[in-house]
Amino acid sequence: MVTVDPARVASRGVRPQRPLQVVGRRRRGRGWGLTALLLLAALTVLVPLYFAVVMAFKTPEQAVAGTGFALPSPLNWGSFADAWTLTGFARAFLVSVAVSAVSVAGVLLLASCASYAIVRNWEHRLFRWSYVYLLAAMFIPFPVVALPQVKLTAVLGLANPGGVALLHIMFQLSFSVLLYSAFLRSIPAELEEAARMDGASTWQVFWRLIFPLLAPMNATVGIFAFLASWNDYMMPSLITADQTLQTIPVVQKIFQLAFSTDYNVAFASYLMAMAPTIVVYVFAQRWVLSGVTRGAIK
Amino acid sequence: MATTAAPSSRGESPRGRSSRGRSPQPDDLSVTRSRAARRRPDGVSYLFLLPAIVLFTVFITLPALAGAFISLTDYVGFGEWRFLGLANYAVLFTDPNVLQSYGFTIGFSVVTVVLVNVVALVLALGLNARIKLKTALRGAFFLPMVVSGIVIAFVFNYLFSTSLPALAATLGLTGLEQSLLANPDLAWIAVVLVTAWQAVPSALIIYLAGLLAVPEDVYEAAALDGATAWRQFWGITLPLVSGYVVINTVLGFKNFLNAYDIIVGLTDGGPGTATRSVAMTIFTGFTSGDYAYQMANAVIFFVLTVVISVLQLQIIRRRGVSL
Repeated sequence: MVTVDPARVASRGVRPQRPLQVVGRRRRGRGWGLTALLLLAALTVLVPLYFAVVMAFKTPEQAVAGTGFALPSPLNWGSFADAWTLTGFARAFLVSVAVSAVSVAGVLLLASCASYAIVRNWEHRLFRWSYVYLLAAMFIPFPVVALPQVKLTAVLGLANPGGVALLHIMFQLSFSVLLYSAFLRSIPAELEEAARMDGASTWQVFWRLIFPLLAPMNATVGIFAFLASWNDYMMPSLITADQTLQTIPVVQKIFQLAFSTDYNVAFASYLMAMAPTIVVYVFAQRWVLSGVTRGAIK
Repeated sequence: MATTAAPSSRGESPRGRSSRGRSPQPDDLSVTRSRAARRRPDGVSYLFLLPAIVLFTVFITLPALAGAFISLTDYVGFGEWRFLGLANYAVLFTDPNVLQSYGFTIGFSVVTVVLVNVVALVLALGLNARIKLKTALRGAFFLPMVVSGIVIAFVFNYLFSTSLPALAATLGLTGLEQSLLANPDLAWIAVVLVTAWQAVPSALIIYLAGLLAVPEDVYEAAALDGATAWRQFWGITLPLVSGYVVINTVLGFKNFLNAYDIIVGLTDGGPGTATRSVAMTIFTGFTSGDYAYQMANAVIFFVLTVVISVLQLQIIRRRGVSL
């Protein structure tokens, strides 16, 4: 059998491990002035998040006092319990997890298989046209087809999280096929030929050889698919008929309409909605950034 | 976000070379060709392609075609309908609500694209320079990418409507005590700011990747010739990253034209209809009995999206940049 070092082959197509790490130009000062400026700029990102955190921990009286930037004293943990029950957070969280998981798995499977078929049969018109066909969807944003799609999902019994996941897959397909195809073209054909000599079928070649080699691109495609699905408000709000089966972003909207005056509870709820992705990002930052960077430079 | 070269020429060899290799060596190509001629696509290839194509056709293509047909009728979302021809389109072009939503959406997109590109390029230059705390800073600037648009819009909603006016009052800044979101003439600024807040990371990624490709020795040569940092930026950096500016403009514009989530959380289209985007207007077709009419709006919106994208792609092609 063929023995391949996936890391070595994979690295042919992508940048090295830490793509954003640039060696600075070593001719200016020690860089503290510029660092200070950038830290100042970073406040625009951090202040809204700081605000959400301090508001969530305030008592109702504190929440409406002053500008809201003051630190909470005493710490009030009660808002989180209120937000948890009022928004039905546990259920919304499970629905969001299910929708994103199905969406990511579907995108990885459909896009990688289709891209592989397209790239290795590029000489055949049908496959070339399929590529153009799938990529053309980049020009069809959801609002353009929303009205008929909502009808269609209702008719097919998909006016539920399942339909949302399916549409998330569809709208992520073009971009993912684009990324996979570019990556697959960088995998040398000789590898595959060697496996074929040993009698491996196309099916085996894909699952045993190609799919493992796609690992870095799977990560990239998966991150984008996850973020698009997890954070989306537009599609679930229009597709899912049963409001008790809504995802976290939609639940925030419903909640906001109903309880918008309890600011501490509202912000506790926003914070819980934002926390999962932020926590994952903080701990897997390098991995996430190298993943999205691969999407940018491929 | 992809800056990939789509396989443009029909006979381009699919494998064995990177997308950058635009001119494959002749003998390699003939080898690939002859091998391909020997091998017909097998059943598994069709099996791999089929699910994507079928699902895509059922859930994107057919709804799009059905929608285009419905736009020629007086369908209200249920019950009977009559064929109207282009009557919906004729009304569309004089409907003040529709025209206003296009005006807002296009204007907002242009301003946001400019703001996002300027901010992202400046940040990319800063992060690319010799600085301390590079990892932490980069981590902070990319954070907005992982946050839900509508949820952060709720947070900004409170900041704009309550905190900033209170802050302005404390500091004695008269004129800023009014909520930005309550002013029909200025609410769009808030929408631009929050949208840019979230869109900067994706542009920043592309600029950072672009700056990696700028060779170090060009700067050293320029510095030896006595070029100031300012001259180096305009003379070297900007021309070298101009392709990435175009890419960010195309990708950004396409996203901003579809603005919805952030606006819902921030202004919900208000005050009045001042910040109602085209997407929001189209969605009124669900409830207002304007189903077919808003479908006509969607068709126009689609044409606009395609025209803008094609125009931008033309510019890219003329500049020899690959997307």
